[in-house]
Amino acid sequence: MALDQSFVGRTYPPTEPYEVGREKIREFAEAIGDTNAAYTDAEAAKALGHSDVIAPPTFVFAITFKAAGQVIEDPQLGLDYSRVVHGDQKFAYTRPVRSGDRLSVTSTIEAIKTMAGNDIIDIRGEVHDEAGEHVVTAFTKLVARGAKEA
Amino acid sequence: MTAKISYDEVEVGTELPAQTFPVSRATLVRYAGASGDFNPIHWNEKFAKEVGLPDVIAHGMFTMAEAIRVVTDWAGDPGAVAEYGVRFTKPVVVPNDETGALIEVSAKVAAKLDDDDRTVRVDLTAMSAGQKVLGMSRAVVRLA
Repeated sequence: MALDQSFVGRTYPPTEPYEVGREKIREFAEAIGDTNAAYTDAEAAKALGHSDVIAPPTFVFAITFKAAGQVIEDPQLGLDYSRVVHGDQKFAYTRPVRSGDRLSVTSTIEAIKTMAGNDIIDIRGEVHDEAGEHVVTAFTKLVARGAKEA
Repeated sequence: MTAKISYDEVEVGTELPAQTFPVSRATLVRYAGASGDFNPIHWNEKFAKEVGLPDVIAHGMFTMAEAIRVVTDWAGDPGAVAEYGVRFTKPVVVPNDETGALIEVSAKVAAKLDDDDRTVRVDLTAMSAGQKVLGMSRAVVRLA
């Protein structure tokens, strides 16, 4: 089923702020086995010029992907999430995410394509802090595999 | 941000120290909890096979998180990463045994982008079981 092209450019309302906690960063860093002290030791992070512990580069995906749920679950768009796989992912950072951040995500549908029976949707998630300053933009490409011929 | 590598010291072709990251079923369960991604293809073998996968596969975002460690360990400051992108080309298949799977990551400086901004582009290669699991895997890193 081809998705409606008129959704391209649609922007969804900003999400309620997600507060980044020091222990959540630690849990994530431990889960990926990364012992970089900047993730767990505020003094080590400060020595690198950060005001508090920072998060690993891909940490923010949990926040942006949840926000992308507004798009994925939009009944008007009609994406079949049971057939969705993650195609590409990219992040462009103004600064690293850090403990204490209250982050809000604004999701926009950048592109919709149909290739070889698959629906491909590009979602851009702009992440801002409480002061309204840009932190990072997440670019997520999702591929909904076409239903197999019976 | 204070990367420990100087822009002036790197050249196109400079190789970053390669690393190999082990991934077991336990690793994936832990990552599921930390990331909030509880898709059963990452922990339920029966479900994974029912949807046509050879076995449980690693979260793509887990592989992405491991690959960039080659860059952040090299640069010292993870905040030096200005951009990072990948394409998920093949899954990392994780068997239910003691060894699990390995993700082998190598990287090299592909371009010096901006002498004033001191940014370089690093191209990454991530392999598992002889297959390239990430494509177009690139980071822009701001060096000292």
